[in-house]
Parts: sequence; structure tokens; C-alpha cells
Amino acid sequence: MTSTPPNAANTDILVVDDVVVRFETQEGPVTAVDHVSFGVRQGEFLSVIGPSGCGKSTLFNVIGGLIGHTSGVVSVGGETINSPHQSIGMVFQEESTFPWRSVTDNVAFPLELIGMPKAQRIERARHFISLVGLDGFENRYPNELSGGMRQRVSLARTLASEPKILLMDEPFAALDEQTRLLLGDKVLQIQQQLKQTTLLITHNITEAVQMSDRILVMTYRPGKVKRIVDIDLPRPRTSEIVGSEDFGRYVAQIWADLREEASRGMRDEEEHALHHTGAPS
Amino acid sequence: MTMTATTPPRRFNLASVLPALTGLGTLVAFFALMEVLIRTGALNRFIVPPPSEIIASFPRIIVEEQVLHRFVLTLTECLTAGVMLTVFGVAGGVLMHRFKLLQQACETWVAALASAPVVLCYPLFLVIYGRNAWTIIMMGFVSALPPVILKTLEGISGTRKVLVNVGRSFNLTPTQQFWKILFPAALPTIFVGIRLGLIFALINVVGVEFLINFGGLGQLINELAERYDLPGTYAAICFVVLVSVLFFMVLEKAERWLTRAE
Ligand SMILES: Nc1ncnc2c1ncn2[C@@H]1O[C@H](COP(=O)(O)OP(=O)(O)OP(=O)(O)O)[C@@H](O)[C@H]1O
Ligand SMILES: [Mg+2]
Repeated sequence: MTSTPPNAANTDILVVDDVVVRFETQEGPVTAVDHVSFGVRQGEFLSVIGPSGCGKSTLFNVIGGLIGHTSGVVSVGGETINSPHQSIGMVFQEESTFPWRSVTDNVAFPLELIGMPKAQRIERARHFISLVGLDGFENRYPNELSGGMRQRVSLARTLASEPKILLMDEPFAALDEQTRLLLGDKVLQIQQQLKQTTLLITHNITEAVQMSDRILVMTYRPGKVKRIVDIDLPRPRTSEIVGSEDFGRYVAQIWADLREEASRGMRDEEEHALHHTGAPS
Repeated sequence: MTMTATTPPRRFNLASVLPALTGLGTLVAFFALMEVLIRTGALNRFIVPPPSEIIASFPRIIVEEQVLHRFVLTLTECLTAGVMLTVFGVAGGVLMHRFKLLQQACETWVAALASAPVVLCYPLFLVIYGRNAWTIIMMGFVSALPPVILKTLEGISGTRKVLVNVGRSFNLTPTQQFWKILFPAALPTIFVGIRLGLIFALINVVGVEFLINFGGLGQLINELAERYDLPGTYAAICFVVLVSVLFFMVLEKAERWLTRAE
């Protein structure tokens, strides 16, 4: 379950091998990620799903090179990662557009960094803006856009850097259900079009099943790999697939796994709260 | 709904000018009250001249006392202090952000200085620079520096973590991280600091002009008071108030324009 396949090195573009992340807190060390191993294949869409607080964002930050890990190895195309790597593009859970830049300038940001001439990068930015369906909004500023549109700007900005691996941490978490479904369609369509290797972190089962080739289910504290599920649903998929029988079967299967963890997490938190608010009185 | 639909334009217009009208009305009422109190003898007219006399002395002040020239003088001193404030204040805030030790060592002191009556140090500045415009400018500069430093520091340190992480994920160098993320993110807050600083500078510049009897509008007040020209003194004070209100409004407009994208 936690061991990588023998030929992993040949097919997996991203390898997470026996990674442990431990935080030192006032209440002692907290293990957020506990001996997690998996690989992501070229062109694959892999989702990581788990209850709140299980260490998903921690894993995201480690793979992105933003925080260090206690032990284990993360590598991209055989290259070990200890700091942000150019072949990994990150889309964050929080609103992350630059409010002082227009949509075009936001999306052109990574192109500006590599010194692409202005005319060329505007044209390039236009391409990615239209890819996420924001034609006509090129000259708007983020404060003039809805939350879903801003998240699409962030996505376009990351895509513009043409990362080998797209890494997303609950990019739709703050959006309403309809926007979330439609945006999910958009992401799927883009992913298929660009053959983009994608690692999506989520706690939404429907979203995960709808989009993924494989789903990695994490346990609640310490965050371990509970199971990796292959999703054999035909492609191309849209949000319409949500009604099918197979879809329901996958959702039920993952929910069974997840329910155990989520309720464990809830019990844990309740106990924690009792312990801390109950003690002084 | 139907009520507002039947009388839309008039209602809207009244509502939009009501705050300004109320403000102006209060001011006029206050002056009218003063006028009545002074004319009936309830207030001594040798301490407070009636508003009508103050208004009547406006033309005299403008023509005979070269108010325009003094206004330009005071403004030049303020703007010189302002340029220095922007350069040194922003640089100070940036340095304090960059070197944590400096911040830990100085932040409390700078904050204390912001609330201290630094203007009382004017004799020291008089000794250092002599009785000329530099004493005034430096006094305005020094007393207005703390808010600019503090606001710059606040703006940079307050940059949202996720924006910093976006920069890191794109592999920005520290210099790029500063110029492309921290500085633009902090700009609105920095501008608040500069606005505060310029207002502090104006107050102190006029104050020191008054104290050392040199330069622009502050000196005029001093002179008129010494001549015991009370309506003139109050007229000059009104002029200073007008100038600062104008100054404030211009700065506010400029700030809105600069941060329109936020
Ligand atoms: N910098 C840190 N210092 C100490 N503990 C941390 C730190 N970051 C995360 N943790 C702890 O690690 C655990 C996992 O956190 P993480 O943010 O990765 O969870 P998550 O799965 O992303 O949750 P959510 O779904 O709510 O976003 C939590 O118990 C959290 O309190
Ligand atoms: Mg998270």
C-alpha cells in the first residue's frame, strides 16, 4: 500500500518517498505527514483527499518546496526537491491574485520573470486567459471580479509558467457548489487539452471522483496513505457524469474510507475542545 | 419601493449633499452664535473679535501681508520636508523590515517618538541650522518621520502570506520578491503613512515658523498677534486652517487615484 511500484522511477514524474513532516509546538511535536509515499505519472490527474486537518496542505507545501520535511525524499524527474522547483506550478487555497495588477499583468507575471518581451508576453497571457474562459476581462483588476473568476486568474497565472506538474490545494474550496462544478469542468478540459500532469488536493469526494485517474485517501492524524483508488471512468468527463451508477459506486467506496477518518477526526477535536475549555472551570 | 420609485431624483440628490450641508450649516450656526454672544457683550470682544470683523479683515491680510507669498513659502517648506520624509521614512521602514534586529531594537522607540512633542526640540535645531528655513524644514521632517516609518513597516510586514508564497513558488530572488510583491502590496499603507507624515509636517512647520518668527504663515500669525491686530490674527489662523483642509483634500484625492486598483 505504501510502497512504490518497482518501476516507479521510469514512469513517475513526481515521487514522494517515505516523507515525514513533524512540527514542534508548545504541546509537543505534531506529526502532520507520516511516512507518505506515492508517485504521479506523466499526464496523470491524481487527487489527494482527506478530512480537515489531516496534513493535506502540509504535503502541498512540502511538494512545492515551501517548507522543509523531517525525513524522506520528494523528487521531480529524478531531481530531489528542497526548495521551490521551476517544473512545479502551485495554485493556492486562498485568494492569491495580485490586486495591483490587471488580469493580463497577473497572468503575464511568470513570463515577465523570464524576461519575455512585452508584446509577446501579453499575447501569451491572452492565450491562457482565454483558456480559463476570461476573454473580455483582460484589463480588469481582481477587485472587479468574482471569487471564481479570481481563482481562474490564479490558475491561468500558474499555467502561464508552463509547469510540468500542476499542484493545486483546494482551489475551489471557497466557491459555491455550482461554480465549483463548472470550474471543475474547466480544469478537466484544460488538463486534457494540455495533457497536464496534475495533483489536486481536496476534501470534496465528488470533485475528486469526477476529475481523477487515481485518488489517494489520507488518514486523520497522523496523515498516512490509507488507500489509493483507481477511477476507471471513461474520458472525456464532464460534471454530467455525476449522475451515473459507476460514479455513485466510487463515491460510496471513498466515503466509507473517509467517514471512518472524518469521524475519528471529529471525536478527536471534540475531546481536545473539552479538555481545554473544561479544565479551568 | 413604490415611494422611492415616484420621487427618485430629488431624494437621491438631497441625500447625497446632506452631510456636506449639515457640516456647513453647523459651522455657520457656530459663527452666528459667536457673533451674537460678542455683540451682546457675553464674550469680550478684545479676546475674541466678532466673526464679521475677521471676515472683513481677509482682504487686508491678503493684500497687505502678502499671504500668497507666505503661503508658497510654507508650502515649499512642507513639500521639501515631504520629499525627505518619503525617501528616509520609507527607507527606514524597509530597513527595519529587512533587519529584524533593527526592528526589535527601534520599533518601540519610533512609536514613542510618534506621540512625543518633538517640536519642543526647536531650540536645538535653531542652534544647529540657524534661524532659517532649514530649521523649519528639519523640524517638520523629524517630527513627521515616525508615522512614515511605522506605516511602511506595517504595510510590508502585513503582506498576505499567500502572496509571499506565490512569489516563492515562482522562485523569485529576494530583490524581485521585494519589488514585485512586498512593495506593491504595501503601497496603500505606505501612502497612508506619507499622508499622515505630510499633515504632521504642515502642523510643525507652521508651529516652528510661529515660534522662531521666521518664514511663512506661522510668522504672519506671530506678527499680527504682536501688533495686537486680533481680527487679522484670527483671519490668518483661518487661512492656515483653510490651507490644511485643502492640503488634506488634495492628498486624499491623490491617494485614491494612486490606489484605485485596490
Ligand atoms: N506551521 C505549523 N506549526 C504547527 N503545526 C502545524 C503547522 N502547520 C500545520 N500544522 C498542523 O498540522 C496538521 C495538518 O495541517 P494541514 O494544514 O496540513 O491540514 P489540511 O489537511 O490542509 O486541513 P484543511 O483541510 O483544513 O485545509 C494540523 O493539525 C495543523 O494544526
Ligand atoms: Mg489545507
